[in-house]
Amino acid sequence: MRALDIEHLDVDLGGRPVLRDVRLHLDRGELVGLLGPNGAGKTTLLRAVLALVRTRNGRVLVEGRPARPGRSAIGYVPQRHEFAWDFPISVEHVVLSGRTGRLGLLRRPGVADWRAVGDALDRVQLSGLRRRPVAELSGGQRQRVLVARALALAPSILLLDEPFTGLDMPTQELLGELFASLAREGRAVLMTTHDLVAAVESCTRLVLLNGRVIADGRPDELHDVEVWMRTFGVSETSPLLKLVKAG
Amino acid sequence: MSITDFLTDLVNPDLAFLPKALAVAVMSSIVCGVVGCYVVLRGMAFIGDAVAHAVFPGLAIAFVLQGSLVLGGAVAGVATALLIAIFSQNRRVREDSLIGVFLVAAFALGIVIISQAPGYAGSLQQFLFGSITGIPDRDLVLVGFTGLVILGLLLALHKEFVAVCLDREMARSMGLPVFWLDIVLYVLVTLAVVISLQTIGNVLVLALLITPAAAARLLTDRLGVMMLLAPAIGGTSAFVGLYLSWSYDTPVGGIIVLVATAVFLIAWLFAPRHGLLAKRRTRLRQPPAEPDPVTGPAVAAGNAH
Ligand SMILES: Nc1ncnc2c1ncn2[C@@H]1O[C@H](COP(=O)(O)OP(=O)(O)O)[C@@H](O)[C@H]1O
Ligand SMILES: [Mg+2]
Repeated sequence: MRALDIEHLDVDLGGRPVLRDVRLHLDRGELVGLLGPNGAGKTTLLRAVLALVRTRNGRVLVEGRPARPGRSAIGYVPQRHEFAWDFPISVEHVVLSGRTGRLGLLRRPGVADWRAVGDALDRVQLSGLRRRPVAELSGGQRQRVLVARALALAPSILLLDEPFTGLDMPTQELLGELFASLAREGRAVLMTTHDLVAAVESCTRLVLLNGRVIADGRPDELHDVEVWMRTFGVSETSPLLKLVKAG
Repeated sequence: MSITDFLTDLVNPDLAFLPKALAVAVMSSIVCGVVGCYVVLRGMAFIGDAVAHAVFPGLAIAFVLQGSLVLGGAVAGVATALLIAIFSQNRRVREDSLIGVFLVAAFALGIVIISQAPGYAGSLQQFLFGSITGIPDRDLVLVGFTGLVILGLLLALHKEFVAVCLDREMARSMGLPVFWLDIVLYVLVTLAVVISLQTIGNVLVLALLITPAAAARLLTDRLGVMMLLAPAIGGTSAFVGLYLSWSYDTPVGGIIVLVATAVFLIAWLFAPRHGLLAKRRTRLRQPPAEPDPVTGPAVAAGNAH
């Protein structure tokens, strides 16, 4: 069974078409980069997988079943600016907050929850900073806190929204390695980005999206300049295409 | 007047209104302190402001009809809170000015309604600036009971409220009922405002919600500590404020707010990590940033504020 099946997905937002006829399949062990310009619908596609937007047509199956908020084994890592970093809270409590939905109303976290928090922190190598207020973390550390929060649910699918944006190259590289190893351990990882270099480096597959899926293949298969031009709406002289040809 | 004289007056049966006023002021300050932590952390001061305005026509109607002021205010305030919760779900749409227009209109309506009652000028002043006399016994019970309900709900829903504060999108993806949690929080803010109106007054109640919580935020980086400090600051300000107001015969609401503001200013200057002086000191000393084995140095403390 596939980790994620998206079939003929159409999504409208505010009366305008945002996604059309999107088909995408993910297996465990894959790290798929979802590439596209701003406004291409990358975030919307992730939200559709989480069942947070109404779909107009088509379906999303998570491990063979329709996605439902709080029920599916999906770990979501939203963009860093979605999070209130000035909130007075420690790293470990942020990670614990990832289990709020599973805990349910009026239930307090128990041994199993704290063990999951410890495992998630170990996995992203943040155990040493677990009591630190999140306001005092660097950008890369913040990204890893959000990944740990998603891992606290032991998900089989991980959705990452622009994890590289605003980070320097060495930090991107380390995070890329982390995501690749999370995939190798048997999770299906879907990551949006517009950072080509980082994506080509770490992803096992690339999906080019701009309202619809324009291309889908291994990084070394996507040498056709034309699909990149269509996805990003750039001309033949764009430096972007030099990168593609060089890669 | 010494504090002993004040304590003697508190037990003087001829001054029975004084302990009642103290009880209501301290209880409502404690409740506002705890609720205020969410108001400050979510940056929803304008909700408190909106509710305080909108409560006024409810008070005015209750006053003209000689019903319970707490009840009249609660009905009007909760109705407003629901409307704001519904309007503010779509964060992309800015409804601030629309809400502003309606609230000032509500306030104006309250003034027109209250002017229908004979001798309204005195009552108007009492509503706007608070008073320590004329609190009926049933309001004492109502305030205590409402305060307990508010604190109980905040405790019961604490982890859900925190999750929504941290990251609404993630909270939704976990299946939390974000919309309903917003409504419950707004209603709790409203009730905290309503039970505080009598002593503090309509104009100043926002300070009771914001100032102690903002001071507490400067003093700690831990939410649990903040939620204990804020009510402690609020309750103490209420006690000290009532004492000063009784000693010098000055309006109680104003004095309580000034005491709380003094605490805030002290925290703002001297807080161990976030105070002005502490920040200046760290900037002068420039401590080496603690390196992280995986992604390099951390940003300087407090950078994100
Ligand atoms: N809530 C919304 N209402 C209306 N339009 C929206 C909403 N959210 C996103 N959009 C629009 O949908 C398109 C895709 O947005 P998004 O998925 O955020 O793109 P990306 O993440 O690829 O930059 C954009 O044109 C954006 O303006
Ligand atoms: Mg996006």
